[in-house]
Amino acid sequence: MSSIQREATAMGWIGTGQFRDIGVLSSMAPGSIATNSATLIGYQQAGIAGAIVATVGMVLPSLILVILFAAFFVRLQDRLSVRSAFYGLRPVVTALILYAAIRFGFDEQLSSGEWLNGQTLGMVLIVGGGLFALLKYKWHPLMVLGLSAVAGIVIF
Amino acid sequence: MNKMLTREQPLRMLLAIFMTFLKIGPSTFGGGYAMIATIEKEVVERKKWMNADEMSDMVSVAGSAPGGVAVNSAAFVGYRMGGVLGAIAAVLGITLPTLAIVLLLSLTYSLFKDYAKVQAALKGIHAAVIALILVAAWKMAKASLFDALTIGIAAIALGILLFTNWSSIWLIIGAPIIGITVILIRHVNQLEVRTEPKSEVSQEAMLPEYYI
Repeated sequence: MSSIQREATAMGWIGTGQFRDIGVLSSMAPGSIATNSATLIGYQQAGIAGAIVATVGMVLPSLILVILFAAFFVRLQDRLSVRSAFYGLRPVVTALILYAAIRFGFDEQLSSGEWLNGQTLGMVLIVGGGLFALLKYKWHPLMVLGLSAVAGIVIF
Repeated sequence: MNKMLTREQPLRMLLAIFMTFLKIGPSTFGGGYAMIATIEKEVVERKKWMNADEMSDMVSVAGSAPGGVAVNSAAFVGYRMGGVLGAIAAVLGITLPTLAIVLLLSLTYSLFKDYAKVQAALKGIHAAVIALILVAAWKMAKASLFDALTIGIAAIALGILLFTNWSSIWLIIGAPIIGITVILIRHVNQLEVRTEPKSEVSQEAMLPEYYI
């Protein structure tokens, strides 16, 4: 996600505010937010064909890499060296996911340095409520998304 | 006659792969990690294409390859079941419905985006997405942070991501090297070697409803 934001902004395709809208839209559709964002940016730039090209472009490298991975990994997965590689890798993946959450949620605050405002408070409230509902009560994500939309109307 | 059959069999497999992922595609909202649970149910429980262990390893591979986790998982399963063509069939299946839905949403959005209420609702959803991503991080943390080193790696990695401009590719290359080195040293010194959290925790946490 952060990479898409950097590239698309550098190409002059979208502004930061626009990117947030794209991220939000992407999250409402099924599928990976990153791929959906690529679809949307492609669509904005060049219509349906652009959307298809962007999606293919996004998916193709993964497809090739995963095929390579799958071809080798299956034979190697029980080796200690492979297991210890994953031992090191998984914490980094954890950090990457956390970072994605922070960048996606508080990009404006990160770039402006202004954290103490109503925006941040409202966001933190909904994020906290959402976390509680998801982890403690195991709500379906779609339900959390819907209720957060309502909360958004009330708060912002 | 026999030849016909053998040639027809892979085609039917490809179609089965394509249809399976076409069905999974739109059935889960909340993004890639949310799909993992659905893929698991379909591939492990119903179709019996893989067992639970293979599935949990697959999630690690899919999560560490670049790109969406769901698409990567689809490619992985497709490849296992039907080679390169199978991988392509699976990825097409999982991508097509989403593509259509995203375009529809985008059209709807451009009609309504100027209403203040719509903007406020989108902000709320924005916050909810952060919660979904944090849940994914929490589940991944449960499966990966179980000793001082893994916690340290995660903290340092997060610091690097937040405060430097390094590309994340260096972390993805560096972390396995650290992992291999440390485990090797412990192995040589005949210390206890553990590369996963204690038994059940890992199984439960590696096949969760991740949400990204």
